[in-house]
Amino acid sequence: MTIEPIRAFTSRMVALPVENVDTDQIIPARFLKVTDKAGLGDALFADWRYGPDGAPDPGFILNRPEARGARVLVAGDNFGCGSSREHAPWALAGFGFRAVISTFFADIFRNNSLKNGLLPIAVDEAAHRRLMALAAEGGEVTVDLASQTVVLPDGGSVTFPIEPFAKHCLLNGVDQLGFLVGVGPEIDRYEAEHPARVATLGA
Amino acid sequence: MEPRTLFQKIWDQHLVRPETASTPAVLYVDLHLVHEVTSPQAFSELRERGLKVRRPDRTIATMDHSTPTIPRPADGTIPVADPQAAAQLRQLEQNCRDFGVPLLALGDERQGIVHVIGPEQGLTQPGMTIVCGDSHTSTHGAFGALAFGIGTSEVGHVLASQCLLQSRARTMEVRVDGRLAPGVSAKDIILAVIARIGVGGGTGSVVEYTGEAIRALSMEERMTVCNMSIEAGARAGLVAPDDTTFEYLAGRPFAPRGESWERAVAAWRALPTDEGAEYDRTVTLHADELAPMITYGTHPGMGMRIDDRVPDPRHVDDPGQRSTLEKALRYMDLTAGEPLLGRKVDVVFLGSCTNSRISDLRAAAGVMRGQRVAPGVRMLVVPGSQQVKQQAEAEGLDRVFRDAGADWRESGCSMCIAMNGDQLAPGEYAVSTSNRNFEGRQGKGGRTFLASPLTAAATAVRGVIADAREFVQP
Ligand code: SF4
Repeated sequence: MTIEPIRAFTSRMVALPVENVDTDQIIPARFLKVTDKAGLGDALFADWRYGPDGAPDPGFILNRPEARGARVLVAGDNFGCGSSREHAPWALAGFGFRAVISTFFADIFRNNSLKNGLLPIAVDEAAHRRLMALAAEGGEVTVDLASQTVVLPDGGSVTFPIEPFAKHCLLNGVDQLGFLVGVGPEIDRYEAEHPARVATLGA
Repeated sequence: MEPRTLFQKIWDQHLVRPETASTPAVLYVDLHLVHEVTSPQAFSELRERGLKVRRPDRTIATMDHSTPTIPRPADGTIPVADPQAAAQLRQLEQNCRDFGVPLLALGDERQGIVHVIGPEQGLTQPGMTIVCGDSHTSTHGAFGALAFGIGTSEVGHVLASQCLLQSRARTMEVRVDGRLAPGVSAKDIILAVIARIGVGGGTGSVVEYTGEAIRALSMEERMTVCNMSIEAGARAGLVAPDDTTFEYLAGRPFAPRGESWERAVAAWRALPTDEGAEYDRTVTLHADELAPMITYGTHPGMGMRIDDRVPDPRHVDDPGQRSTLEKALRYMDLTAGEPLLGRKVDVVFLGSCTNSRISDLRAAAGVMRGQRVAPGVRMLVVPGSQQVKQQAEAEGLDRVFRDAGADWRESGCSMCIAMNGDQLAPGEYAVSTSNRNFEGRQGKGGRTFLASPLTAAATAVRGVIADAREFVQP
């Protein structure tokens, strides 16, 4: 199984200055009745993006022409809290986003994003203010995972943390499921030494 | 040996491979719970790669999120009106059949919300690692199990390897000293905790709840507390196992028996945090000072004492927090400074993995016995599992609710998530015993006040948000 390695990219940013954006906002539950990942980008921020008649609300940022082709979303503090649904990063990636910038991310969302090539970029408040202001003007940045930096148009740059293993996987296209299956012999040994705590079969 | 926390002990016991500077730990999973919404893409992944489920005997599935809860026809059929939901349920059946995973399907007398049935069946036990593609897996931490929600990619990881790649969490102690006053419940404790530490306050941490007030809680109440740990951003919640835990578990279908029970209890008694072990952070609350809580906003951290007034954004210094509060009040159509007591509601929802167990139904029924749901209010009572439903019916609680004019439903997630036919209409206000008041969570445009079962029952009877303390004898 090969995963596309992530390379540096340059893109316009979209500003969504809302705090505590939870995964129910990113994709409401009624869109979770699917059995695949296709088309979830259309449901991204559905309750904010479409009016009661289902027509796109022209005032919402993702419906504006500047959002077209943008691959970086700058959101308010604490992005991705709430439900564990991986449909949230699937919807963001489906729309075309490759990175989300916030001051911090909820754990499960962060994990889920990293497994889908969507970079959760956590920056400090000062950098966040700067990027949010720049995004509001439709500014461009270059995101480089290898150096863990976001490069601004004025040449300034902001660094961001990322778990070394996740970085390694994303840069080299390492597939984590394959990695775990490769641990098989050690898992065999663990199981041999630790009796099952519960047996679900025969339920 | 260094004194260790409960979390550290469970962590150490499950390391297949320890964490290094460049790789996360490989952590063994004792029990994997599966449901229809977050598993289909994971099973597809296994199929594409020609992989098997490594340990179907440590995996169990149920149907809860997209299942209808409307009363069933007498012929025994269970119609699922929504074709997409029906397809998703069929897919789970197919996946379980193909991969040999046991399934407590719709119609099984043990079916129910995944976090209600795990404990009820005795599957959830102290010292275990438990995961599920669902954030409220933290519920199971009430037994002193390390239990947390995972995404669908990770569901695939666990199906294929029975392991997860994990980095060690920080630890946080939330100590609740003292005793709760009558009318104040476990739900009020956790809403107060979240209001205190904030929706991101637990990020990166496993929270252990300690203190006299926690020790005094029943298992079901501990589950309510641990359930909402995730709403404070915590990875998991924990309560150390004690006699209350063992009494609850003894004799449950999947609990150990005979000699293995004795051995298990001995091992479980060694789990609680050692004297002198340190947490990365400690927060203390005093149960005596707690009142019934209610949320006014659009995340679970926006909670207050029920007799308080909606906060004023002008008194919030941080500009980001101010605009968040303004936006929340706009969505809720509430005015700064107004009281919530006495405010009219349209719907009362008693259910969800937070508060749909038998003790929750008993508490609500205690308030509602001989009373009527106020005119203009629709009340939905949704037991968390078929077993809870049966038990409630055996005790006549269903009659109390029905006689009051409430809807008595089949088990499932129901209006907690609005993807199964039960939902609020735009603009409607609900007092809900569930765990999330996010915009649209209970239906597009719906407005949620989170509260305890006692508050929900008192509100249903009055028709307006009411203080449960007026209904319970001190
Ligand atoms: S009851 Fe609500 S929170 Fe609990 S598992 Fe179901 S949808 Fe999730």
